[in-house]
Amino acid sequence: MATKVLGPSGLRSLIDLLHAGGYTVIGPTVADGTIVYGSIASIDDLPIGWTDTQEAGSYGIERREDDSFFAYNVGPRSLRHYLFPPRQTLLTIEHAETGLRFCQEPPDNIRYAFVGVRACELAAVAIQDAVFLDSPHADPNYARAREHSFTIGVNCAVAGGTCFCASMGKGPSCTAGYDLVVTEVIEESHHEFVVEAGTEDGADLLGRVEGRQATDQDAGVVDAIVKETARNMGRAMPTHGLRDLMVEGFDSPTWDSVAQRCLSCTSCTLVCPTCFCSTMSDTTDLVGTARRERTWDSCFSLEFTYLHGHSVRSSTGARYRQWITHKLGWWHDQFGISGCVGCGRCITWCPVGIDITEEVAKLAGRAEAIA
Amino acid sequence: MMLRPFTVKSKLAETSDTVTLGFAAADEGPATRFEPGQFMMVYVFGVGEVPLSISGDPSEPEVLVHTVRDVGAVTGAICSLRIGDSVGIRGPYGTSWPVEPTPGRDVVLVAGGIGLAPLRPALYHLLANRSRYDSVSVVYGSRTSADLLYREELAGWRSRPDVDFNITVDRDSPDWVGDVGMVTPLLDRLRFIPSNTTAIVCGPEIMMRVVAKDLIERDVHPDDIYVSLERNFKCGIGFCGHCQIGPKFACKDGPVAVYSSVADLLGQEEL
Repeated sequence: MATKVLGPSGLRSLIDLLHAGGYTVIGPTVADGTIVYGSIASIDDLPIGWTDTQEAGSYGIERREDDSFFAYNVGPRSLRHYLFPPRQTLLTIEHAETGLRFCQEPPDNIRYAFVGVRACELAAVAIQDAVFLDSPHADPNYARAREHSFTIGVNCAVAGGTCFCASMGKGPSCTAGYDLVVTEVIEESHHEFVVEAGTEDGADLLGRVEGRQATDQDAGVVDAIVKETARNMGRAMPTHGLRDLMVEGFDSPTWDSVAQRCLSCTSCTLVCPTCFCSTMSDTTDLVGTARRERTWDSCFSLEFTYLHGHSVRSSTGARYRQWITHKLGWWHDQFGISGCVGCGRCITWCPVGIDITEEVAKLAGRAEAIA
Repeated sequence: MMLRPFTVKSKLAETSDTVTLGFAAADEGPATRFEPGQFMMVYVFGVGEVPLSISGDPSEPEVLVHTVRDVGAVTGAICSLRIGDSVGIRGPYGTSWPVEPTPGRDVVLVAGGIGLAPLRPALYHLLANRSRYDSVSVVYGSRTSADLLYREELAGWRSRPDVDFNITVDRDSPDWVGDVGMVTPLLDRLRFIPSNTTAIVCGPEIMMRVVAKDLIERDVHPDDIYVSLERNFKCGIGFCGHCQIGPKFACKDGPVAVYSSVADLLGQEEL
């Protein structure tokens, strides 16, 4: 596929062309003290010269000394915010002469272009595809949003404190799921973006912007950048035998230990890019119309497993165990793949700093001690 | 996810808290063909939606029959429906009972409480095709005689010479003439060849585990025992995550499951 090297003006043209093509462009922006996906009117809305600092239970942004565009990691919002929105109206229900009348909510006609999407995020979208599309009841809203979206990936040139995508085999370089992928090269003498097309659509768009042809030297620079990022990764998941460790660790004291810290606040499940649980609620208005909405739900809530009279998972330990054993264990049985991409969001955004890599290491350590 | 409008056509009080309702489609759509053991999602306007197993005859799909116990807001609203009322229904969803085993099998049905409701379609099918099976036996356990479902039909089934239909109650009462106690001792009376037996078990989780264990001790193969998984279903189609039991989504990998595939999952506290 075509590879080109663009300056900042070339990148500006790319985003302008996406707008001209009717896309709603979504990319990282600075908002509420975070770098978070939002609407991008032009390249100027990117967090130019900003970076983030992430640790267990802490997040902050700060100025860099350069004008880099992508020198930070993932924020609290993932692409599922757009592909599988937190709140979605599915149906409206009215009384008609023949009984109830059900009207499917018309799909919105937004075509998203996602800019600055990291490798972990692309991997997460592929995982959600398996959930929502590989089913006899494929979700029409998700399918539509996916079909019409355009994606510009970014190879990470910096690694965050809570990142562990390298150990999960999901990053830091983008390998699939993008139309274009960008590697930012910023040095004193020049500021460039090596852009590679992953699809015909991507190649078409890339052909329409000014830039020079990439050389073997550029490819070498990209390779060096992602290797350096992988080396600097803040954390690592002990992945050896992870699925079996999860399934066999059902009675481990690890869960009680986590339960003493976990607030059951659901934060990890809301920032996780692969969590897909939802609930439905019907609300009626005064003129007699009901609306059925689907909203994100979390296995950390007590109501989640409510079954005439009690909740199946009533303890916090059982709910944490459900989340992590599903994500790292049963997911393999259900979808043939791990449900974790190593983005580190659940570590950063846990208010008490529970670290999934640390808990897995403890579980593995206990299993080893028993063996 | 699309609901269809249905109208209540019949209503029969089974016990003090349980009713059997018949629903007919209010639109021009096709009849709801289903397999015994499958469930529908039933919606009451302004109240909500619940999964309900189908308790009617699979050869009469024009009327959807559900037997409902009033245990919450939505089931309470369903129990309060009157003939002519409108609801929304979608489905059928989920897996079904193995009512078409290789010819000549012995079939044992074991029901606990309202667990008889999802077994009734299987029983209708077995009786309608009685010559395909060797023996057909039923054991039905109920809390008390006042909790027995389908009283008129029970009498009919018990009088049939080609079905061995046994009933036991947990708690005796002056009006009850019959067995008292658990369902498992009644298995002693049934005539079935364990290696030739398909067992279909539906009731509270603990009862299904005890019955499955008992049947296995009698040399029925764990692959030939079928149970029903019960969890909170919101979507019914494997998306919402509420019904997860280990690697399974009870709504799409169940509700009917081969015992051998879920033996390790049932009885795990808070799984």
